[in-house]
Amino acid sequence: MLLQSPARVRPSEPTVRTWTAACTAWAARAFAGLIAVFAVVTIAAGPSYAADDDRVVQGTLLNTAKDNEPVPGVTIKVTSSDGGSYTSKSTADGKFRIVVPAKDTGNLTVQLVKSTLPDGVDLRAGSSDTRKPTGSLTNVVVSFPIGADQRQVETKLDQVPQSIYNGLLFGIVLSLGALGLSMVFGTTGLTNFAHGELVTFGAIMTYLANRVWGLPIALSILFAVVLSAAFGWLNDSGLWRPLRRRGTGLIAMMIVSIGLQFLLRNIYQYFTGGRSLTYRQYVTPEPHTIGFIDYTYRDLILVAISLLVLVAVTLALQYTRLGRATRAVADNPALAASTGINVNRVISTVWIVGTALAGLGGAFLGFSQSVTYQLGAQVLLLIFAATCVGGLGSIWGAMLGSVIIGLFVELSTLVIPSQLKYAGAMVLLIVVLLVRPQGLLGRSQRVG
Amino acid sequence: MLDALQGAFHDGLGYLAISYCLAAIGLNVQFGYAGLLNFGQAAFLSIGGYMMGAAIATGGWPTLAAMALAIGCSVVLALILGIPTLRLRADYLAIVTIAVAEVLRLTFGTSFRKYFHGKDGVTGFTDGFRSLNPFDYEGTVLTFSANDMWILIVGWIVVALTLVLVWLLMRSPWGRLLRAIREDEVAVRSLGKNAYSYKMQALILGGVIGCFGGFIGALGQASVQADLFNLDFAFIAFTMLILGGAGRVLSPVVGAVIFWAALSFIGSILTDLSAQSGISSFMDANQASNVRLMLVGLTLMLLMIFRPQGIFGDRKEIALDAR
Repeated sequence: MLLQSPARVRPSEPTVRTWTAACTAWAARAFAGLIAVFAVVTIAAGPSYAADDDRVVQGTLLNTAKDNEPVPGVTIKVTSSDGGSYTSKSTADGKFRIVVPAKDTGNLTVQLVKSTLPDGVDLRAGSSDTRKPTGSLTNVVVSFPIGADQRQVETKLDQVPQSIYNGLLFGIVLSLGALGLSMVFGTTGLTNFAHGELVTFGAIMTYLANRVWGLPIALSILFAVVLSAAFGWLNDSGLWRPLRRRGTGLIAMMIVSIGLQFLLRNIYQYFTGGRSLTYRQYVTPEPHTIGFIDYTYRDLILVAISLLVLVAVTLALQYTRLGRATRAVADNPALAASTGINVNRVISTVWIVGTALAGLGGAFLGFSQSVTYQLGAQVLLLIFAATCVGGLGSIWGAMLGSVIIGLFVELSTLVIPSQLKYAGAMVLLIVVLLVRPQGLLGRSQRVG
Repeated sequence: MLDALQGAFHDGLGYLAISYCLAAIGLNVQFGYAGLLNFGQAAFLSIGGYMMGAAIATGGWPTLAAMALAIGCSVVLALILGIPTLRLRADYLAIVTIAVAEVLRLTFGTSFRKYFHGKDGVTGFTDGFRSLNPFDYEGTVLTFSANDMWILIVGWIVVALTLVLVWLLMRSPWGRLLRAIREDEVAVRSLGKNAYSYKMQALILGGVIGCFGGFIGALGQASVQADLFNLDFAFIAFTMLILGGAGRVLSPVVGAVIFWAALSFIGSILTDLSAQSGISSFMDANQASNVRLMLVGLTLMLLMIFRPQGIFGDRKEIALDAR
């Protein structure tokens, strides 16, 4: 689903716009405190909105009967319910582009004039020559299939290896986010509903460095991870530590985290609008094929890095002094403090590492999914499902749960419609809570 | 300024405010009295709106039968949410409710198009309700059209009846037990009470009240769209409840009206500002609405940190602690 085979990634054409200098001065004042790092950095180079409201109808005519050869010279006619009429011919590369001025707001009908098709070329059997695009998009893409359908029909069984591959990829990237959530939960008991926004933060920072500032992708991801770590520290020291000191209850903290989620998501939307953003590099890498599996070097590298990071974090938790201290705090904070462990420092470190992991996960997710302000909010549900299935607070459980959820989500699309694949993950979550509430690897203590 | 005040009046009394108000009353039963953290109240409203709308528009059911169907569905939903989670720590219910609300939104918005019509949503189910409308005038009275006025009066009557019901229930032994569960579940269990069953009843009651909110919202808007029931919905309902003060009978109403009026007022001020030349360069109309919602998030955080009892609540009533 997420790290899908690139053959199915639709190339998009994102636009980058420049920011006015006026923003910088204003926003630096407006967003102080917790969100300062994010706001200042983004505002310095983020995108803004276009003013033109002209609608553009476009598409490409390709003849599948002749190896996707472009079909030039075909007349495309756009009529509006306001009475306007606009025509254009497809160019040598089969493309057509018709501008409908902003003042014409009627419903559009796009018609391909059949008589202008070259001899021997015809619309695909059973396909209509008119399209009525719905919605209010300014960029209307219409497609007219020409020539016979050349798509190969795969059987469901043939798709199983590819689904397993996709599911593993997605699950491993998901576990970066789940591990961070689980670590924070383990040490502080807080179920952080704003964790998805930490994932989005990583993706947006990578976008900022890669697309807006033009840094190479590796550097951009590094930049995003470092900033995420700083953001995690800020989250803890600016908000959660003072709350712990005040003795705020965990349920109250959960509601605060919901408020923070709401705040952050709207800040992201303020800067990115509703648009889907893509990185500058490696958005559609070249696919390779082994047997039934399409893979790309990009995805393999992402998975390799993820696995390295996961192994490094678990080894550090197991064998380093700080790691042992972390596990001691997770077991019993009061006892840990009485043995001389600086509990606040440990929790601060957990926040830094956990948010850096979430940021890395977000940066990786940004490749296969486009970067939107909702990226994290959508992934959050799967992260929750993963941590609950694996066992809340368990490090290995978070990883195992993520891989299970990744596989489950991908494989379920073979049976159920793909829009419902998240529903499948939720059913799995509910079943696990019914049968084994502590999760697969959770400690079998009483949780209720 | 006058427009902003008028808009605030209109929105503070309108069907959306009623719909959110009922959602918040349901939440008050669940969270304020029983201490159940339901972040997916939107699920109950979407079930209410969609089931009623689809049964009338597609199935041709009479309005009351369709409402009964929707109420039945919301009871089932509450059971699905409650059975796996109510024996567990509070966060599990929160996680499952938020997830199920999102899944329901995706399902209504993308699947079973024959009944739910995808992004367009369900329309054409208000005839039965509007045929009972005693008001018949052109134009607007107090900014409300005849149809709006009808839903307004029915809606506020429903709110009043619900409040009386909640007030009576919470005075009863049943209500005292709910509050006892909120304060100390172990103590209640040691007295031989089945806390699980009482929590489930509270979840169902709150859900059904939310379902009525879905009816009013759908009938007022004359359509149901899945996108209305996004994650924001539950957070806004929560903010209203906390603003009014959880655990008080009237607080969701006060919270909803104040919140909705303030949101509308701030919204129109911000939109006016964004139209001015100096400000529009960094805040257009869309961004103004984001700023408005940022303020909602900030308000919820600050309220929860500094005044968890809200405007009218009692700090002792709302001992928020994880168990």
